[in-house]
This record gives sequence, C-alpha cells and structure tokens, in this order.
Amino acid sequence: MRDAVLIIDLSNYSYEIEHRPNLFEEWIGGVGVAVQLLKEQMNPKADPLTEENVIVFATGPFTPAYPLASKTVALFKSPLTGNLGESHAGGRTATSIANAGYGAIVIKGKSRKPVYLVIENGKVHFKDGRALWSIPDSLVVGRILAENEPGRGIRTVMRIGGAGEKLVRYACVTTETYRHFGRLGLGAVFGSKRLKAIIVRGRKKYVPADGKKFREVYDEIFKKAIESDAMKKYHLLGTAANILPLNELNSLPTRNLQSARFENAEEISGEALAEHNLGRRIACSHCPIACIHLATLRIPYENEPYFYKTIMISYDYELIYSLCSMVGVGSRDGLLRLIHKVESYGLDAISTGVCLAWATEALEKGILSEKDTIIKLSFGDIKGYLKAIDYLYEQPNDFYRHLAMGVEHASDVYGGKVFALAFGGNEMPGYHTGYAAHLGYATGLRHSHLDSAGYSIDQKEKSLTPKELIDKLIAEECWRQVLSSLVVCFFARKVYTSDVISKAFEPLGVEISEDELKKKGEEIYKEKLRLKVKMGFNPENLRFPKRIFETESLQGKLDEKFIEEAKKYYVRSVNEVIGLGSSPHYTLITSE
Amino acid sequence: MRIYTNLVSVMKRLVIKDLEKCVGCGLCMYACSRKFAKKPEIGNSNSAILAISLSGFERGATVIFCHACIDPPCAQVCPTGALKPKKGGGVVYNENLCLGCKYCMNACPINAIFEREDGKIAVCIHCGYCSNYCPHGVLAYEEVEA
Ligand code: SF4
Ligand code: SF4
Repeated sequence: MRDAVLIIDLSNYSYEIEHRPNLFEEWIGGVGVAVQLLKEQMNPKADPLTEENVIVFATGPFTPAYPLASKTVALFKSPLTGNLGESHAGGRTATSIANAGYGAIVIKGKSRKPVYLVIENGKVHFKDGRALWSIPDSLVVGRILAENEPGRGIRTVMRIGGAGEKLVRYACVTTETYRHFGRLGLGAVFGSKRLKAIIVRGRKKYVPADGKKFREVYDEIFKKAIESDAMKKYHLLGTAANILPLNELNSLPTRNLQSARFENAEEISGEALAEHNLGRRIACSHCPIACIHLATLRIPYENEPYFYKTIMISYDYELIYSLCSMVGVGSRDGLLRLIHKVESYGLDAISTGVCLAWATEALEKGILSEKDTIIKLSFGDIKGYLKAIDYLYEQPNDFYRHLAMGVEHASDVYGGKVFALAFGGNEMPGYHTGYAAHLGYATGLRHSHLDSAGYSIDQKEKSLTPKELIDKLIAEECWRQVLSSLVVCFFARKVYTSDVISKAFEPLGVEISEDELKKKGEEIYKEKLRLKVKMGFNPENLRFPKRIFETESLQGKLDEKFIEEAKKYYVRSVNEVIGLGSSPHYTLITSE
Repeated sequence: MRIYTNLVSVMKRLVIKDLEKCVGCGLCMYACSRKFAKKPEIGNSNSAILAISLSGFERGATVIFCHACIDPPCAQVCPTGALKPKKGGGVVYNENLCLGCKYCMNACPINAIFEREDGKIAVCIHCGYCSNYCPHGVLAYEEVEA
C-alpha cells in the first residue's frame, strides 16, 4: 500500500518524505490517517490564520486502483469555526496525489512571499507566486497555471481566488475549475500561508498483490457502479434533481428559512436546468458517473448589440438552495450569474448564500441600516447580491469585514441571532426536513449534511426518540468515516458496501473483515471527536437557531424540547468518548 | 484477429465514436494499465491513452491515443528499432530495445506517445481493452480497412 507522507514546510521552503506503513495499516487512509497526522503535526490551540495552522491532504488505498475512489480529504483548523476543519474534493486531486506516489501531503508554516507549489514524485518545487497574487478570479489563475505548467491530463491544479487572499473565513480551494474544498475556509488558510496554488502531477504504477483477482474485483465494482441508481440519477439530472422533491416535502429553505417552500422551484429545478441550460457533463478522475453538470450562461454586453460572453457554470443542489431559494432568487439566469461570481472569487456558495440571506432579513428588520450594507439588499434582487458579493471580497467597511467572518460572528456583533442560520459556526446546508437534519448539522463533526445525512433519516423515520435519533446519526457518521478513509465518493456508498470493500482489499494484499471495518469506523470517529474537543469543541455550547422551530418542515413544526433532550444525550455520549465515562457502542447502518 | 486480402487489410482498432461525449473521467487510462492479464498494473504509468480537458474543463474533455498512422513518424526516428511500423498501420513496440530517448514522443504530431515511470514509453497497441470501460460511448473497438 501507498505509505509515503510528504511534509512541506513553507517557512523555510523545505520538504521531506516519510514512509509510514504502520500509520496507513492502522488508519486506512483519508480521514483516518489525516486525523493522526494533524494530531502529530499541529498544536490543537493553534490560531487558524497563522503559520501554526497545518493542512493535511490525504488519499485512500483504493485510489487509483478502483473506480469512484475519487476524493481527497483535507483537514486543517477552520478559521470559520475556530475548530476542526474538514472538507472533501473530487476533480483530479486524489488520483494525481496517488500517481505522484503519496498517501498524504502535510503543509506547515507560512511563506514570506506569495508562492505556488509543484509536487511530483519525490520532488517539490517552490515557485514564485507574486505575479499570480492579487488576481481575484480563480478561473484565470487556473488557466494561467494550466497553460504554463506541464502535465495536462495527469495533474490537479488547486488554487484560491481573491476571497482566500482576503481571508474571507469561508473561502474555498477550487480544483479543476468545478470542484472544491468548499466548506470551513481552507481557502483562507491558503491565503494566510501566502499559498496561491498547488499543482500535483504524476505517472506511477503500483503492482497488485494478486493481479488476476484485482481485474476480477475491478470488473465487479465497475459493473455494479454502471448499473447503480446513482449512475442514473446523478448522471442524468445531478444533485439538482432534489429541488422539486424537497420543495414538495416542505424542506427547501426559502428567504432565510422564513419558509420551506419556494414558489419558483419549478423554474430553478434540475429538470428545467437540464432542459434549458445544460451544456455538458464532466467527471472526476476515475469516476464513471460524471455528475458534474455544466450550464451555459450567455451574458449580453450592455452597450453592444449582438455581443455575448458565454460561460460554462457548474451547478448542484446546494448552490441552487443557497443562491436561489435561500435569497429568494427565482431565475436560472440569476442563479448562474451568482454562481459565476462566487466561483470567481473562490467563495463557499452555501456560506455566502446564508450570510446574504441573514443580512437581507436583518436589513428588513432594521437591525442593519443601508449604511452598513451600502446597497439595498432585498430577497430576489440579483443585482444587489452580485454587488454584495463584490463587497465580501473588497470588504470596504466594518459590516462586510464582519460578514466575511461568517453569520455566527456577524450576528454576535449586530444581533439577529434568532435567524442566523449556523450550526457549530458553519452556515446551514439546504435541508429543512426535520429533527435529524438539524441535529446532524449540530452533532456532525464537520457540521455538514454529509456527516450523517439526517435529511435522509427524516424522510424515512418519523417516530424515533431523541436518543434513538442521535444513535442513528452517530452510527451513520461512524460508517462514513470508513468511506472517507478509503476515500470513495459518497454517491458510491451503495456500491461500496462493507462486503465489497473487504473483497476489494484482498487483491491489494490487505485482509480486513467487514466487522473490522466497522470497528475502524467507530475508532476513527472517536479519534476525530477527541481531536475536536482538544481544539475547543464543547457540545454544551451548540446553538440551535430559533428560526428552525418557527418554520414548518416535513415533520411539521419542530419542538424545542425534543432537540434539548437529544442534545443532552449527545453531550453525554461525547463525554463518554473523551473519557468521562464508558464508551457507547453504536449499531452501524451501512446502507440507507 | 486480422484478415488479409490482396490489397486491403481489415483489422480491429480502437476508434472514436463520439468525441463530444467524453467526460474526461480517465477510466480508459486506468484500463490501459490493466490491459495485460498476466501483469495488470494500478495507476497510469503504462497507459497509452490520456483524457485531457480542453484548456480547462469549461471547454470540455477529449482523449488522445495512437491514431495508427500508415507511415508512422515515430518509428522513423527510433534509433534502435524498438518501434517498428505494423502492417495495416500503427507500431509494434519492443521495450527491450528502447533507450528511453523519447525521440518518438517528439516526432508524434498528436502527442500520443507517453512517458512511463521508468523513462521508457507507452504507446497504444490497439488491443481494445479500454473500450470496455468507457461508460459514455466515446470509444469502440471495431474493424477498419487499412
Ligand atoms: S486499445 Fe489497448 S493499448 Fe490502446 S489505449 Fe486502449 S487499452 Fe491501451
Ligand atoms: S473512458 Fe470514455 S468518457 Fe472517460 S475519458 Fe476515456 S474516452 Fe472519455
């Protein structure tokens, strides 16, 4: 198995490569390994925007052996939450890191001048990044690097836009134009280290322990993937397919969650986008699904008749939620313009949309004045939002400086906590399905809908007790630690069932039973939780914004008492894990 | 599987069915490294086909592999005879003779010869293995007249 860890120190432009077979054997790869590396390399009390912060990129043992093992895990300290930052991206990052010979890459320190890194097998080049610095458009940065650096087809180009340089706490790192280490502010960490981009390229071979078996298992996984529902659903309409059903279910947060139904849902649905705007689909490396949907945005030049610029924009459910329904924008053209703006600066779309939605309501309610927001923000006003996104990057006054630090922070300063939609400091994802969704955002260790997929539990189970619900969420999150250690795409979770995973390890020379896998998932979860607590996470402090109890969800109006009880139980279970009691055993669910 | 007639030889080749459908997934590239049943590899070192974006994915993706020239320029510049023209088009590669000089890579006008990890080269032998793994109908393995 791949066991090389590349450790780069930007403070003195040096690097070393360590072989750590035991680390990868014990913790699989991906998030399992990244948690251990972060523990070793970083002071948990580090200030996220100083040289003390450490970034770990980790890939798993199935990359590049099997299809759909197409993701990389990034771990760091989040400048948005001040706690553990974890974010996953596709594109070509995982395969490029693997083909360059590494299992994980650690980045420490801080450069004196802007730099970008070129990483190859056994070698790191520190390159002068001054000419790229202050180019606000991440698309342009990507193009310049793609034109000037060799390795097309076998490389990844990870970079930040202006938002990362300006330390917007929810700036992302973009890879291959359309994929992102989106959440929790990795872009700002890059910016603080004066790291504009990382290119990784490689051509490498690994020899399987059992070649014949390897081809057989590969074919089995490939066939299962091609015939899966995921292949159909995510390839055809992509995640945008969820807009109509979730709206039907009273679960699509609208106008800062003053409602969970959007009257213009049809207009911005996956179906409408596919029919009117879809231009092409592309895929992450080694993924047969090709879920990335690119829409064509044609913008006329204002003063020149019959002149247009045509731009390809990738859309997904979360972006339609955050930049349409959440801010009351009901047009596809508006959606694509807003996505384009957010992409150019390299902002996280969910956090941006939620921050703007909060600001709009705060202005309506008189908590903010137009002196703060400079322009009038109102739900549905695309032009206003486009300008406001410019201001998030430019930060021309105190208000935008605060808003660039997230909605939790901005509402600390200005008020409006009741409708500041953040969980654990991270802006809310787009599912108001019920208890499981919101409890999942709060208890999930990265405060994401992907931690434990509460939105899915809400749609299936309506009569769980608070305790049962927490157990179920944690069990799912434990299992997902296995998937994010491998690191396979969550869309392939029904392809990579525990029996398939165990079988896929064999030809690689690794024996691991289904039971052992499940245990590993629990252990990794606990290790991550312990690290999070060391970084200052206190579950007692989890805040549930009042707004979620005001607006009807799929499960009707939510009851605060239910959430309180669930929280109490969760606090107990955290305490048990960190050694203030015996540790609970979660029953695992491996499929939905 | 070759049928020779007097003048025209009919042979099977890897062909493009619809380039516009390429999503850039690279499944073909990884398949190529697995193509030898006796020594399948993981990775891309030995891959003779490459999926690229057209200077950024906003312009789509495409694949590059040996076009099986009738009069292959790569074989002409090979100093050791490691690359020899194949009857009906394309080349036969004998890696034992290959120096790793990469003259062939420079001679190929469509950049369809690739460098392996060990410094030698990878070039398509038109075995068709990869076409079984293209999920989007870009590649096929078909008889063509040469
Ligand atoms: S036809 Fe065979 S040699 Fe050519 S690219 Fe496909 S798998 Fe590789
Ligand atoms: S497998 Fe098909 S779709 Fe994927 S890169 Fe190769 S030719 Fe393109």
